[in-house]
Amino acid sequence: MIALLTRDLRLAVRAGGGFGLGLAFFLIVTVLVPFGVGPQTDLLTRIAPGILWIGALLACLLSLDRIFALDWEDGSLDLLATAPLPMEGIVSVKALAHWITTGLPLVLAAPALGVLLNLAGPGYLWLFVSLALGTPALSVIGTFGAALTVGLKRGGLLMSLLVLPLYVPTLIFGAEVARRGAEGLAVQTPLLMLAGISFGVAALLPFASAAVLRINLR
Amino acid sequence: MSIWEYANPVKFIRTADVLLPWVTVAAVICLVTGLVWGFFFTPEDFRQGSTVKIIYLHVPAAMMAINAWLMMLLASLIWIVRRHHVSALAARAAAPIGATMTVIGLVTGAIWGQPMWGTWWAWDPRLTVFLILFLFYLGYMALWEAIEDDDTAADLTSILCLVGSVFALLSRYAVQFWNQGLHQGSSVLRAGAVTGTDTTEKVSNVYFMPLLVSGIGFVLLFLALVLLRTQTEIRARRSRALLARERSA
Repeated sequence: MIALLTRDLRLAVRAGGGFGLGLAFFLIVTVLVPFGVGPQTDLLTRIAPGILWIGALLACLLSLDRIFALDWEDGSLDLLATAPLPMEGIVSVKALAHWITTGLPLVLAAPALGVLLNLAGPGYLWLFVSLALGTPALSVIGTFGAALTVGLKRGGLLMSLLVLPLYVPTLIFGAEVARRGAEGLAVQTPLLMLAGISFGVAALLPFASAAVLRINLR
Repeated sequence: MSIWEYANPVKFIRTADVLLPWVTVAAVICLVTGLVWGFFFTPEDFRQGSTVKIIYLHVPAAMMAINAWLMMLLASLIWIVRRHHVSALAARAAAPIGATMTVIGLVTGAIWGQPMWGTWWAWDPRLTVFLILFLFYLGYMALWEAIEDDDTAADLTSILCLVGSVFALLSRYAVQFWNQGLHQGSSVLRAGAVTGTDTTEKVSNVYFMPLLVSGIGFVLLFLALVLLRTQTEIRARRSRALLARERSA
């Protein structure tokens, strides 16, 4: 499993330049928002947590098709399927690799981008915490979507349609933590719910993703 | 004699052929009775005026939007466990009907909400959840369309239906947490109202009877459409199989 993880990480960093792409997308979305809504700082302060969450979510979505597509094309996915590693393990490692290459940079970059949107003082910590807790769920759910559409020629758009409704609960609780944190309210309830979603999804969804992948490899 | 006999497509089509006229006629009778009764022979509400009458479309459609998804969930489970093709096709047949019901519920709600709440749309939990449910229907149907191999499509959509159900339920509670609502609570069936102790918050019997009839009409309509569409799916698949056999011969 560790070998697979290091292989995926190495591929993501060295080949194709997919590594920084999500991060660049996140930056551009954040920069575009003030052009869209106007430069009033109090308005930006109010919408900053939500915008940053949506930006991170979209950046995550953008890179999902890379999880399986390349391995599917060159046949290494078939090799992995016949390897002694159980499919659930492969799927979990893929999700972890996606999180490390996409989710983690987003989490680290988000506070810096918060400055651009004039995020309120206590919001930085809670934005960081909520993204750190929430992005793993985005990766795991996204892996399910990627596994569903892996065999399709133009699956990208379809995958967005399938994955985005599944992102709703994570986005609601994640953005709520960031918003309440920025306004100085109590964050415990949404924070616990967000953690619950992340851990529950990480524990259960790999089984569904593995089942779907097995069907697609049949 | 067991229910699994109807997993045989031939038997299913034969039974559906017998049932379909009856169910259709009963659905039409119930719908016409319920809607005409509701629209023309009930008094106007003293505060809502005539707009109250949209309840005869709105409530049954919303009910069927959820029930159609539950039926798809059940059919998907049967397909995964017992691999009966009729079950998978029934789930496929029900999806567009459920999506249509969701749209009817949303649109009639907007038409009612304009004069009553003063807005076409509010980010109220119930409204939002229905919108999300509609997105789930869209994704489900899109996945069916996208995959060429029938069995693969049935497998993948079944799993999507199961996972989607969990997330739809999760979204429901998440959305409730996210925003407090404008939509009134259920007033059609309520514990105190059935025994007659709580009359203030319950729909009056004058409105309830036609609502019940039109609700039954919607259930029968759904049943008739599912039977018809499943038959169509089975026949379409059979004709494709026959064509393929002819080409290869």
